[in-house]
Amino acid sequence: MNAVQVAPAPAPHATGVELVRRAARGPVRRRRLVIAGTAVLVLALFAARTLLGDYTITVPDFFRILTGTQIPGASFILMEVKLPRAVLAVLVGFAFGVAGAVFQATLRNPLASPDVIGISAGASASAVVAIVAFGWSGSMVSLAAVVGALGCAVVIRLVAGPGGTHRLVLAGIGLAAAMLSVIHYFFTRADEWDTQLVLRWLTGSVSQANWSQIGVLALILVVLLPLVAWAARGLRVVELGEETAYALGEGPARQALLLVLATLLAAVGVAAAGPVAFVAFLSGPIARFLNAGRTTLLASGFVGAALLVGGDYIGDYAVGNVNFPVGVVTGALGAPFLLWLVATGRTGRRAS
Amino acid sequence: MTVADVRVTDPDPHASGTGRVATSGRSRRWLPLVAVLVLAGALVCSATIGAAPVPVEALWTPGHPDHAIAAARLDRTWLAAAVGAALALAGALMQGLTRNPIADPGLLGVNAGASMAIVLSISFLGASTLTAYVWFALLGAAVAALLVHAIASLGRGGASPVKIAVAGAAVTAAVTSATSGILLLDRATLQSYRFWAVGTVGGRGLDVLLTGLPFLLAGLVLAIAGSRLLDALALGDDVARSLGRRTALDRAVIGLAIVLLAGTATALAGPIAFVGLVVPHVVRTFVGPDHRRLLPWSAVVGAALVLLADTVGRVALPPTEVQVGVMAAVVGLPFFLVLIRHTRAGGL
Repeated sequence: MNAVQVAPAPAPHATGVELVRRAARGPVRRRRLVIAGTAVLVLALFAARTLLGDYTITVPDFFRILTGTQIPGASFILMEVKLPRAVLAVLVGFAFGVAGAVFQATLRNPLASPDVIGISAGASASAVVAIVAFGWSGSMVSLAAVVGALGCAVVIRLVAGPGGTHRLVLAGIGLAAAMLSVIHYFFTRADEWDTQLVLRWLTGSVSQANWSQIGVLALILVVLLPLVAWAARGLRVVELGEETAYALGEGPARQALLLVLATLLAAVGVAAAGPVAFVAFLSGPIARFLNAGRTTLLASGFVGAALLVGGDYIGDYAVGNVNFPVGVVTGALGAPFLLWLVATGRTGRRAS
Repeated sequence: MTVADVRVTDPDPHASGTGRVATSGRSRRWLPLVAVLVLAGALVCSATIGAAPVPVEALWTPGHPDHAIAAARLDRTWLAAAVGAALALAGALMQGLTRNPIADPGLLGVNAGASMAIVLSISFLGASTLTAYVWFALLGAAVAALLVHAIASLGRGGASPVKIAVAGAAVTAAVTSATSGILLLDRATLQSYRFWAVGTVGGRGLDVLLTGLPFLLAGLVLAIAGSRLLDALALGDDVARSLGRRTALDRAVIGLAIVLLAGTATALAGPIAFVGLVVPHVVRTFVGPDHRRLLPWSAVVGAALVLLADTVGRVALPPTEVQVGVMAAVVGLPFFLVLIRHTRAGGL
């Protein structure tokens, strides 16, 4: 009763229960706002990516082409170049964003995203080995990337042992350096003209997008994302720490499953577009910042998609006649942020 | 198993400094002999083993049918030895200077900085001579080393292992991204870059080594001069200052030595990681933390390691050659993982 008298209640007849309810509604409303806002941002960037640029397509033309009308020139550019690129960027960005947020929340360290701790590099190295050494293509490459990513994740986990994600980050950075040298080795054996392949597996790029690849990726995401959503129900509790989570009924098995699913997400993303630098690393913290410090997987997925589509747009048109792969742009954006995290000491849980 | 054998497997050389003094006397007596023997064996192996094996006597018999092959292999042998010694020395100096067990020029962005400077010089300034490469590599290495260390020193707690490693990874990522951007503008540079970026000592003549030799020797002299400084710095800045050292000057001297050694090695052979990390740790378990012993033996063991890595890479996957940079990573990664498994890698 005392609390009701002290609080400057706007409604004179508010009870304690109502006050609590009103306080709990704030974060929910903010979360909805953030998700809606980031989704609108992705939609706007997607529209800009497909309609604007060197070859402008009007909105009525866009829908006419989609419904089957053939417009000479415009049809080809939209259906074979712009649209697949934008769709692939959205899918891969979403996968990276969710994977990064799951890693960062479960391991409780903003540095522990799959691209910083070497899982993306492992997937990429494994895919390059499959392409160059075994001549595989299509979904077999995705499979190789998944195997490589899981292998790296298991090695890092075993090396790091129980407790302390600093060791995990160190192991991941060392592993990423070694995987990079494996990729470099296979480049010296690849065909000389195939520079797109080289840069794609080194920095990540969506310029080689095609519909069959998008179909495979979309199918995998349709299966994986609901599983992640189911496994991530207890994520808020997991963020309190391993022991607290255990005491509250969130066993380590569910966390392990969540990490495996996130590793798979990162691996299929890498298989489709290469290890696009720092998208997974950036999405989580940006979404957390927007959502007042709470992890939202959906919002970080949208942030990841926005980063990838926007980065691809910038890389394509920012400098004259050169098409930079999206990884170059996101690498240039992400590295200063990583350095800022290091410089301000926000690499542990307490400050994030 | 003798006491010395037990000590060798000690995972944390810094943790048991007092126990080591009593036991390392034994290892000290035989380490020089073993290291020199291994280096000599590695030199001979590197000159004789390869796609076409040649007998040892071809090395010094001018009329021998295989003399030309042996002579060509000898060129890359000297280069591999020089690069290995320089990288191991640079790693030992870095570990001493930063008091950080995971310091390595490859992991901390020094090699990436040198790479980017070389790509910039080829692409925009039209540099084509190795002398020009070396100067640009030194500049890039210096900028990257200063940047990584400055960033890691900001904030609370100074430059801890994790902060230095992450700063190195971030600088490497940013620099690699910028390098890819430049390479896209210039396909001709990309073709030469991808064979240089893997780290190799093959296909480079003796003139390449001679160009870099003055820089390596300057770095070596500074490193030897710096060994006493490092021993003082190992006690901490305050103690070193109370012992009469000017710590800022000392750090500058050692930093210059690191940049000279790592930058030149990168210009000569491309980026090679993990050698500078692994070798000083191995040597330290034998001779202890005294830098006057650690530095010279690191150079010897580093030369032997790179020679052996290059030789094994030549015959590992015929008919192609696995470059020494890849072999170093293959050997170095397990060691690195064991190292962080067993050290109490300090938090932030």
